[in-house]
Formats: sequence, C-alpha cells, structure tokens
Amino acid sequence: MTTVSMTVNGEARSADVEDRTLLSTYIREALQLTGTHVGCDTSQCGACVVHVDGKAVKACTMLAVQAEGAAVTTIEGLAEGANLHPMQAAFRENHGLQCGFCTPGMIMTAVDMVNRHGRAIGEETIREELEGNICRCTGYHNIVKSIAAGAEQMGGQREAAE
Amino acid sequence: MAVEGIGARSVRKEDKRFITGRGRYTDDINLPGQLYANFVRSPHAHARVNGIDKAPAMAVDGVVAVLDGKELQADGIGNIICGWMIHSKDGSPMNMGQWVPMAPETARFVGEAVAVVIARTKEAARDGAEAVVVDWEVLEAAASIGAALADGAPQLHPEAPGNIIYDWEIGDSAATDAAIASAAHVTKMDLEQNRLVPNPMETRCAVASYDPMEEHYTLYSTSQNPHVARLVLSAFYQVAPEHKLRVIAPDVGGGFGSKIYIYPEEIVCLWASMKIGGKPVKWTSERTEAFLTDAHARDHVTTAEMAFDADNKITAVRVSTDANLGAYMSLFSSSVPTYLYATLLSGQYQIPNIYAEVKAVYSNTVPVDAYRGAGRPEATFVMERLVETAARELGVDPAELRRKNFIQEFPYQTPVIMCYDAGDFESVLDKGLEAADYKNFPARKAESAARGKLRGIGFSCYIEACGIAPSAAVGSLGAGVGLWESAEIRVNPVGTIEVLTGSHSHGQGHETVFSQVVADRFGLPNDSIQIVHGDTDKVQFGMGTYGSRSAAVGLSAIAKALDKVEAKAKKIASHLLEADEGDIVIEDGEVKVSGTDKKLGWHEVCLGAYTAHNLPEGMEPGLKEGAFYDPTNFTFPSGTYICEVEVDPDTGVVDIIQFVASDDFGQIINPMIVEGQVHGGVAQGVGQALMEACIYDEAGQIKTASYMDYCMPRADDLPLFKISHSTTPSPSNPLGVKGCGEAGAIGSPPAVINAITDAIGNNNLTMPATPEKVWAALQDVSMKQAAE
Repeated sequence: MTTVSMTVNGEARSADVEDRTLLSTYIREALQLTGTHVGCDTSQCGACVVHVDGKAVKACTMLAVQAEGAAVTTIEGLAEGANLHPMQAAFRENHGLQCGFCTPGMIMTAVDMVNRHGRAIGEETIREELEGNICRCTGYHNIVKSIAAGAEQMGGQREAAE
Repeated sequence: MAVEGIGARSVRKEDKRFITGRGRYTDDINLPGQLYANFVRSPHAHARVNGIDKAPAMAVDGVVAVLDGKELQADGIGNIICGWMIHSKDGSPMNMGQWVPMAPETARFVGEAVAVVIARTKEAARDGAEAVVVDWEVLEAAASIGAALADGAPQLHPEAPGNIIYDWEIGDSAATDAAIASAAHVTKMDLEQNRLVPNPMETRCAVASYDPMEEHYTLYSTSQNPHVARLVLSAFYQVAPEHKLRVIAPDVGGGFGSKIYIYPEEIVCLWASMKIGGKPVKWTSERTEAFLTDAHARDHVTTAEMAFDADNKITAVRVSTDANLGAYMSLFSSSVPTYLYATLLSGQYQIPNIYAEVKAVYSNTVPVDAYRGAGRPEATFVMERLVETAARELGVDPAELRRKNFIQEFPYQTPVIMCYDAGDFESVLDKGLEAADYKNFPARKAESAARGKLRGIGFSCYIEACGIAPSAAVGSLGAGVGLWESAEIRVNPVGTIEVLTGSHSHGQGHETVFSQVVADRFGLPNDSIQIVHGDTDKVQFGMGTYGSRSAAVGLSAIAKALDKVEAKAKKIASHLLEADEGDIVIEDGEVKVSGTDKKLGWHEVCLGAYTAHNLPEGMEPGLKEGAFYDPTNFTFPSGTYICEVEVDPDTGVVDIIQFVASDDFGQIINPMIVEGQVHGGVAQGVGQALMEACIYDEAGQIKTASYMDYCMPRADDLPLFKISHSTTPSPSNPLGVKGCGEAGAIGSPPAVINAITDAIGNNNLTMPATPEKVWAALQDVSMKQAAE
C-alpha cells in the first residue's frame, strides 16, 4: 500500500491504495467521487476523462501514484455551487446527453478542447477531437452542437474577464 | 415557474444530476461491509466440467468463498427461462435446453460462468477467480448457423435434436408459391444480418444484499424492468418470494434491450449473499465480460424473394430465415425472429401473398436476444433491400416503385397478423425527398465523379410495431407475460404531484416527458411534478421499458390515471363552488366554473381533498389514483430514410454525406427528445451497416471482445442528421403516440447499404460494409468490366 496525495477539485486529498490502483479507481473508490465513470477496460471510451494539471486525461490510463502531487479536476469540480460551467449548461440546453454515462467524460474533454482551440472551434475539429470518447445514445449530433455552443459561451466569458 | 406541456422542447429535468456528476448508477452504490464477486468463466466454447479445485483460490488472501453450479442447483435455484413459447410447423413446442445460472456439467459458450469467487476486495476476487483450477474436457463446438446445422454437428442440448429449437412458419405457402410462379418479375436475394453486441456505455452491475433476520433480499441492478426482474427471480429462479425481494434499478447508463434480461450474475449475487450469511455482494462487469455475457443480437441468414406483376405491383414475398439464438434461450429470444420479425414482412406495401419460415438454432455462442429494434431491423433490411434491388432490375426509380406499392387506406390487414391502423406513407416519403433534394442528386453525383469519388443514394421506407399489445393477443401468440403498464398519480395536499410509473428510464428522458403530460393536463409548473420509477418498493408493478413502449403504453397508463384524478378533483370543486360538475374546467393551475369568474386554485382543491372538511357526500378523502393500461393494438411508426454516400474508389472508405430521416411517430410530446432518439438510433443502424460485427472463429472463440476489436461509430464517422416529422395520430392510445426509440436503428441499415451499392454498382455487399469489403466489391466490378 502507498499513500497517494493530490489536490482534487481544489481540496487536498489523500488515501492509502495498492500500487496497482488506477487513477480512475482512486477517484471513484478511495475518494468516492463517482461522477467519473469507467466504460471499458482498454482506454477506448473516454467516460473517465478528468483534468490532470489542466489537461484532459483518461483516468484509467494512469496509476494513482503517477498523479501524486497533481491538481486534478473531476466533473464534480466543474460547477461553482449551483452555477453550472458554460459547457455543462450547453450540454443541457442542447440535449447533449441521454443516459448520462459518457457525459462527464464528454464534458471534461469538451472543456479541454475549447481551452486549446478557442471559441471558434468548428464542427470538423470537434468531431476529430471527440475521437477518444464513445457515446452510444446520441449519435453525437447534439454533443457536437453542445460543444460548439459551450465554446461560444466560454469564449464570451473569457473575453468579458479580459 | 414555467408550464411546458405537450409539444414543448422542454430541457431535461434529469440532466442536472448527470452533467454535475451526481447521477447514481448501480456501480456508484456501495453497501457497508460489501464483498466482491468475480466469476470463473469457460475459456472454451464447449467443454465438460470434470472437476473444480477451489483450494488454490481459497488460499488467496481476502477470498471468502468459492461457490459453484452444483451448490446452486442443490439450493433449489431454478434454471433460466425463455418467456415466449413458439410452436413449430408440426405443432410441437420449441425445444428448450436447460440453462443453469452457473454450468454444473457442461459449458456451452466462451464466458459461461462455472463458479464464483467472493472476496473482500475486487482485486482479491479477481486473483481468486484466476486461481480456481477447472478440469475441462474440451468438446467440439458449433459456433455459427452453418456449423450448427451441418451433418454430424456437435449437439448442444439433448432436448434439441440437430440443434434446432423450432422450425416455424407464418402465411400461406401455397398461395405465395403460386404468385411467385406466375410473376412477371422475381427479385431473389441471399441476405445476412451481422451479429451485434448492444454495448450500452454502462456495463451491467449488481449489488445484492440478504438480511438473515428479515429473510429479505435487496438487489440494485442495471435493469430496464426491475419488476419483471423481481417476478422472474421469485417465480422461476426461486431466489426469494416476491414480497421478500426488493429490486432497485437506479440511474441506468443505456440498455438498448441488453438490460431487459435477468442474467446469471444477478441471480448468483443474490444467492451468494445469502450463502455467506448476509454480507452484501457486488459485481461489476468489465467491458470484455460484457462482450462475453450480455445478450448479443441479430445473426440471421436469409433467402428472400419478391414477385411483381407486369405493372410493377408486388404480388408476393417469400422469406426463409435461419436465426442463431446462441447457446441458450434468453428471455424473449424466441419471439424476436418470429413474431417481432416476420409479422413486419409486408413493409409499407400492399402485398397479397406473404410466407415466411424461420428456423432457430443453438450454437456455441453467447445467447442472442432483443436489441434496439428486435426483429424489425431484420425485417426492414429484407424488405428494403428487396424493393431497392427490384427497382434496379426493373429499371424504375426506387422511390416511385415504393410509392406505387404503398398501402393507401387504413386500417390495413396484412397477411401476417398485423393490422396497420394509421399512416400516410406518401407524404412522409415526399417530405424525405424534399429534405434530401432528390431531384438534384444527379448533379451532385456528377460533381463527385469530377473529384474521382463515387456518389450513391439509398432509400429505406420502414414500418415497425411498438407498444407490443394487447396482452390477450400476445398471450395467444405465446407470450408468458401481459404487456400492459401501470401508473399511480399521488397528488399531495399542497398540489404538487408524484407520478409512479412502471416504465423505466435509462436515457429516454421520462422524468421530463412524463412531467410534460401532467403539466399539460392541469396547467401546473413542470417543477411541481416528480416522476418516480425503478424501485419495486415504491411502484407497485410495471413491465418496464423496451420495444419503444414507454410513451404508447406507460404514458397511456399515466393519462388514464390522470383522467381519474381530474374527475375526482372536478367533483370536489363542483361541490365547493356549488356548480355543475360538467361546467368545471382545470387549466392554468386553476379549477374554474366555465363562463363565470368562480374559481379555486388547484392547490385549494387538493388541500380540500386532504382536510376532508367539506367533501361531497360519501366521497373518500385524498387525491390519489392508479391505472393499468392495456393497449388495443400495437402502434405503427413509419418513415422514409434517405442516405447519400460518397465512396473513395482507391480505399473503399464510405463517407456518409447526408442522412435524411422523415418519420411519423404520431403525436410528439417533446420534439427535442424525439430527435435525440432518432439520432441515436440512426447511429446504431449506421454502426451495423458500416462497422459493427461480432465475430467468432470456428472453435467458438470470440474475436471481437473489446473496444479495440469491436468497432462502433465515433463522432467523426457520422454527419449531422436532417430530421423531420409527420403526424398521423395513433388511434390505439389516448395520446395518439406511436414510439420513437427504435425507428432509427430499424430504418437506417438498408438505406446505407442501398446507397453504397448504388455508388459502387455492385449489389453483392454484406454488412458491415467495411472499406475492405467495399474495395473488394469495387474490384469485382472492374474485373467484370475488363472481361466485357
């Protein structure tokens, strides 16, 4: 067993886990943050995407010990109280989810891609960037629309802040 | 607070928890002191279990117990059943083999469980399962329809000689033969339905707990129908009497049919919790385990003929299908290739003679059952490939050949049981043609050709049957259950409303849609309405959600219960307002006497019902009503799908340029949600057409058991969809709804294949149409051209 410590959603967290524990397992089971989902065994589906030091990562592709000292954001850390992150709001407004299982990973991936590509991210780039996330319910149609709308909102907020 | 009624694009109530990570799925549930289960599974497609050595597993740190199939049988746990009786042509009942939840003697597919290890941690359970030593005697396997039906094939079950479960027929064989013999043109095709794996993104999970003091069981389960699960677990598997078993299906991450069934793992977790003295037992399927155990889908081999007279009118259809049901008969497996398939072989067309025969076979593969569409995608593929091919052979426009044969008047009795009650196929087709800009297709084709690309267009005019019913009719066809739905409306003293429904939502947005119907009825804010589902302790009974039945059947039960609530509220109001009951109207959250200014707030009437200080003579206090609704007929959604593709002749890669869906779902409650259902259904249909295939080798090893091998559509495989709706209300339920959950998956595969075969000029193409297959089909065309 190893003690693994990191900052998760702004709070210092620590837990003793077996060395072989994946970051996704650490988040779900040791920290009981169950918004991060696991949909496959092979890092194909992207349901477990979180941000590690500001970058989107599939939490099943790294060991918890590799995230020692990192700043991790999960889906639970995206909204501020009752104020949804613009990407969360965009998924709701545009019916970008059905069963909701892939949604946390989709939203975390979406925020990251907009951080990198900016407000004017187009449909083609969104679809390319979603390569690592599988949704079985929506046919991606409304996810693509949600991300485009979320990008608009995020861009607007950023410009207003500057 | 807004009132959003029928027809509003109301954003979903359930989304708030899903977008913030507060959804509560089964694997998110952890009970104090819970142990973990991991199953010992057969690595062989067909093998005898000559012995199980548990000692090495018991030596693993943390392992608590190792249990096997013989112990399960000794405790009286029953065999897994198939709930739909099918009779063969000769009148004999289907030949059902025995399916023990953990194989005590013989394993018949790779992945079948033979033992379970219970341990204190997930890791220890897995290590323990790996340590169990099974003495296998490997037997010859039959892993395909062809292998199972071959002379000298290994026999899976003594009850099913020749591996044949049934040899069933429908329609008039002699009349159909005669019509084909005298036809002006006959189109004949060999068709295959590729085997699919449903793959909801949430894998199955069970958290089972036994309370030895109360002798009571609780099961948290990824189920589409918790009440049916409880009934079957109780009545057939003898796990516990119904009143001692609570089944909860919390948030469920997609189902598509695969979570209808009660699988061995749920049964074993319940039994194991009792066996080890009452500690909760949790099992979460890994993705590869899901490929090895979730019910698979489709897997047909078909020969089909469509006959035409000299005027290009269809005179007959004859179909012969072999259906692979896997190693055991799953819950509804027998009905899928029979009553859910062959009864749709009239399509949207007037066809005087139809005959179909279906042979269901056992094979050493995962059991096959209903998956999005269940039988109707298979029927639609047969009909729409036939009619499109016929149009090419006859040299006529494929849209016009369909139009010429459309059923024009309703009700229309087909020769294969179904009586279509409403539809307008022609206007739906016209809307599709308009949206697809069909008339300018030749110009687009030329433009593609100029870029060295091959453009093709393909049609599919589907009809399907939802809300399978009425109970007496399906009972007469062999169903072991009734297919009604129940609902209860509890109006609280302050006027807020709880709706308890037997339907189950696993992505369909029931909390939103059902609230809209209630809001619409009384003019109440949607926020004041709560939908309760998925818990057998809260909802009295229900048949669950599958077969696009939640609107047509589930919502109809709610509407019927609302009628009763409305009637009682009006009685109370007429008494309080001293007005004639017939003059009372409820709208905008108020109870009014029409033509006057006399009125009460909705909440005042509700409070009046509960204070009971001034009720009409003899009336019971309270405002709570229930209803069971059994529909009068199936509903019949229909539509025209038009797919336009561009094929790269150098690589065989197919690009879907445009996909038009023109549907008739009857009355639509929430267009946003209906569109979402179509998007998702079409995506799964495109998946079947272009990339999805579950492949077994000859030894019965599954070669596609992870997301690295089983290819599903990703965002860059699909276009934005063009969707439109027409509305002919269903006369079979009070809301006029038809159901939209499966249409996309039913209608789309033939549209895609018709488009590709149009583009490449070779009609000989099986699903999935991978680049390799499309490229090979193109080489056949060039070789033929070179030879000429």
